[in-house]
Amino acid sequence: MGATIKAVTTTEGTPPFAFSESALAECRAIIARYPADRTKSALIPILHIAQAENSGWLSVNAMDAVAGLLGLRAIEVYEVASFYSMFNLHPVGLYHLEVCQTSPCMIRGSERIVEHLSKRLGIKPGETTKDGLFTLKTVECLGSCGSAPMLQCGAKYYEDLTPEKVDAMLDGMRADAKRQNYTDR
Amino acid sequence: MARKLLLEHVNVPGIQGLEAYLANGGYRSVEKALRTMSPEAVVEEVKKSGLRGRGGAGFPTGMKWSFLAKPPGVPRYLVVNADESEPGTFKDRYLMERIPHILIEGMITSSFALGANLAFIYIRGEYFYVSRILERAIAEARAAGWLGRNILGTGYDLEIHVQVGAGAYICGEETALLESLEGKRGNPRIKPPFPAVKGLYDCPTVVNNVETIAAVVPIVNDGGEEYAKIGVGKSTGTKLISAGGNIKRPGVYEIELGVSCDEFINSDQYCGGVEGRAFKAVVPGGSSVPIVPYELFLRTAKGEQRLMTYESLSDGGFQSGTMLGSGGFYAYNDAQCIVRSTWNHTRFYRHESCGQCSPCREGTGWMEKVLHRIEHGGGHMEDIDLLWDIQRRIEGNTICPLGDAAAWPVASAIRHFRDEFEFHVKFPTKVKDPEHFAKEPFKQGTKTAFA
Ligand SMILES: Cc1cc2nc3c(=O)[nH]c(=O)nc-3n(C[C@H](O)[C@H](O)[C@H](O)COP(=O)(O)O)c2cc1C
Ligand code: SF4
Ligand code: FES
Repeated sequence: MGATIKAVTTTEGTPPFAFSESALAECRAIIARYPADRTKSALIPILHIAQAENSGWLSVNAMDAVAGLLGLRAIEVYEVASFYSMFNLHPVGLYHLEVCQTSPCMIRGSERIVEHLSKRLGIKPGETTKDGLFTLKTVECLGSCGSAPMLQCGAKYYEDLTPEKVDAMLDGMRADAKRQNYTDR
Repeated sequence: MARKLLLEHVNVPGIQGLEAYLANGGYRSVEKALRTMSPEAVVEEVKKSGLRGRGGAGFPTGMKWSFLAKPPGVPRYLVVNADESEPGTFKDRYLMERIPHILIEGMITSSFALGANLAFIYIRGEYFYVSRILERAIAEARAAGWLGRNILGTGYDLEIHVQVGAGAYICGEETALLESLEGKRGNPRIKPPFPAVKGLYDCPTVVNNVETIAAVVPIVNDGGEEYAKIGVGKSTGTKLISAGGNIKRPGVYEIELGVSCDEFINSDQYCGGVEGRAFKAVVPGGSSVPIVPYELFLRTAKGEQRLMTYESLSDGGFQSGTMLGSGGFYAYNDAQCIVRSTWNHTRFYRHESCGQCSPCREGTGWMEKVLHRIEHGGGHMEDIDLLWDIQRRIEGNTICPLGDAAAWPVASAIRHFRDEFEFHVKFPTKVKDPEHFAKEPFKQGTKTAFA
């Protein structure tokens, strides 16, 4: 996603951010992969870690911490975070349900899955349920077109979906109520 | 039975792990290349094989490798393109998930050929779990001495790292990928200079698709000539096709290039034909290639049987042909609406445009709006010509080929399915029902569904 640029939030009212010790160790290992004068390469992998450590989204505080860690200007971090669709610049629910809506999925019924989810959760794509459990989002091809319709939640793919499977998935998530991140942190 | 070079062992239990992979002949190409061949000799075998890039463009791999600049004292890099975001394409995911070591093996052999001591796999962020599988495979290979310092005592060093992206189709374009790998927005670079001269960190770099690099393994093992025996003409070897849409047997198939389109779509060995209804249209190589009516997929305009090769699929040019592309194959049955699907394709490209070039940034947005209007019963006849005009002005006028990729699906849909667009304008109340053609299939060449 490029032409659709997302706005960053302000620091106002958002909690402070600091990396955990284990996350810092992971970040340092990532930084060591690149030539010493090219550590900016670590930015995207480290933004993933920061997002996982900040309840699934990147606050200005979190992005500023990343800038500090990599010795970058804050704007260099914001411009990257706002470009990529997996970086959430606003809070998301515990379960971020991303339904693929691209043509190969559409011709196998993804529109019905989005409708079903909207009805069950009482929200439209782009919204979060009041209890903060679910955010619904439509996304583009996730490389799972042979098992369409499908959705991604955190690192996990839910494939060959039917309304019944969706209901079972939602029930399981409600019972568990644990945040799913893209990374397996 | 078709020969399988990449997926031969896909069903062997434990083949994800090093032990089973070695037991089935794994890492022989590394032994052979590092111990008995010079880097130039490996490049020569790849040239002889006729291998063409499997990422979509089909550029000869051996030739690409021979363009790599070799200024003394400057590092060279191999970057594997595992961004796989072209709609309809899921073959690289399948290969990396099931047989991760074939990619690692191909990367070692290829890096040796190119003189690279550091290589990256750039994988789309959504495939995070696959990146973990690759990292495990790399750790296993490293522990067994296939990676690291002084591999097999030959003095050759190599490290491989997995880099995850964060959701951006454009990062599959090789120069956008390099920008992203350098920690920036994925804006494609103006070429030249090409990556072979100035790529990652301004150093000479080869970017190849996952499947391309995996194919280097059988090429080095059996020789380029042996590989070139499979296929037809300049389409040599095998190709992974990820098949989806309204077919009976979706999945990833390794075909020998040259199998007939009819066999691929209808035989039970592959797609198994259509589910319930009749086939209407086919996109054989990912959403960026032209859509063709089913009949034109089976036979060329000259009436010849069409084959799954680069040349045969593009026979007739854009008037009546299409492209093999990435191998992201999907078929439509007659319940589907081509206008709706074209609107969907265009929304995809509008969303994924990086926004650098005005024809691409603005044109995709305009086309999406006009297509939305036609599909939802608010279109005018002039809108069809307007669409044609917009796509024509995007094609060829942008920094990277995403602009063309956005234009072609629109052009081909209008070229082959103009009647269907006109039907939408003429019967606005009918098309307001999103299921319009599911209830009453459109009859081609009649301008109405109900003739
Ligand atoms: C918009 C766009 C998206 C692309 N996406 C991919 C991709 O996901 N994977 C890929 O291997 N090549 C992709 N390519 C092609 C690459 O630019 C490049 O040609 C390819 O990685 C070269 O590898 P190959 O010669 O082995 O095919 C894309 C090209 C464009 C213009
Ligand atoms: S053609 Fe589109 S995606 Fe490519 S560089 Fe231009 S604006 Fe970006
Ligand atoms: S179109 Fe949905 S996963 Fe590819």
